[in-house]
Amino acid sequence: MNQLVYDFIKQNQDYILTEWMGIMKESTDERLIKVVSDRMFTQTSSEFIDMIITNVDSKNKEFTLKLSDFAEKVVQLGWPLTFVNEGLHKFTLIVINGMVEKGLVTPDNQVNLVNHLDKWATPINNEIVNIYTQTWERTVSMQKIALQELSAPLIPVLEGITVMPLIGTIDTERAKQIMENLLTGVVKHRSEVVLIDITGVPVVDTMVAHHIIQAAEAVRLVGAKCILCGIRPEIAQTIVNLGINLNEVITKNTLKKGIEVALELTSRKIVKVEG
Amino acid sequence: MEFQSCVKIINEWDIVAARQLGRNVAKELGFGTVDQARITTAISELARNIYLYAGQGSVSIEKLNINGKSGLKIIAEDQGPGIEDIRRVMEDGYTTSGGLGAGLPGAKRLMDDFDIESIPGEGTKIIATKWLR
Repeated sequence: MNQLVYDFIKQNQDYILTEWMGIMKESTDERLIKVVSDRMFTQTSSEFIDMIITNVDSKNKEFTLKLSDFAEKVVQLGWPLTFVNEGLHKFTLIVINGMVEKGLVTPDNQVNLVNHLDKWATPINNEIVNIYTQTWERTVSMQKIALQELSAPLIPVLEGITVMPLIGTIDTERAKQIMENLLTGVVKHRSEVVLIDITGVPVVDTMVAHHIIQAAEAVRLVGAKCILCGIRPEIAQTIVNLGINLNEVITKNTLKKGIEVALELTSRKIVKVEG
Repeated sequence: MEFQSCVKIINEWDIVAARQLGRNVAKELGFGTVDQARITTAISELARNIYLYAGQGSVSIEKLNINGKSGLKIIAEDQGPGIEDIRRVMEDGYTTSGGLGAGLPGAKRLMDDFDIESIPGEGTKIIATKWLR
């Protein structure tokens, strides 16, 4: 670190902090104000500036540790990345302007100083972006796993009868899982009838229909019957408009009706106990 | 044209984004649930065709208001391989990808107006409109 810049930052720490907070408060959008309370803003801001200032004189490794701690905290608070980046940028601006005011900048060392500050700020910037993306990537991959676990559950409800409730969009990846879970589940639970409930599927287009038809056909091949239920009226109309032939599959509009049919197919019925 | 928004189709999840947009616009225009389902399904078909055959392209949704009649226009565009024989792809059951072959003819039946322009080797543009009754 250039001695001149270093001394300036050290001596004017408080000035820089108040200046910085004023500017940031003015320039932030409402989105941030909403998520962050005033006290929290002040506290985190001073932490941010503190951290930047310690970078001025601390060892690199120590700083990286501090920085990742801070970045994780900020991500948790929901501070936008642009805000943190902007903050760093504003910090260098304040330092330069402050130095100009104090007459520390001369035409001779001007270019040198700016270059120096830039060289110092860029790695911090990169590190912040890096930590942010890592945190996001981790979140996304966790969610992906969570979603996969939810994507195609198979529930045995009665002996020989299993239900697969589907909720949400079906893409190719999920269609593959549905097929796999359906077939292994049918064999494992010794199902005679499988009910696929599509009440929660928002759009049934030709691809979804195609996957359902294929799944039903595969279920038939392993010796069970497939009932498709939860077809809402508007879905029924779009299926007709699309000209999709679902004649091979037994269809019912509710899961309740589907289970009744499934009981019938396995020659059973539900009776009310008398007395 | 008073309103237009566009979704780029690059991966499978963009199809979901496109039809979400279509559904929201349809809802705003006052389409009923059945027509909303028709419009979203049509968008789904067109967007999926872009994803499957052209790799990438875009789907734009436009609000229409002509002579007091309002409607929703879908424009699906790509710079993909184009369609050699348009009459053939509009036949039910014709497919080159092992699907049901109901996508394009189905989308045509779901919408009121349907128009395909395609030049082999250059790309395809499909414009489909649904009018509010």
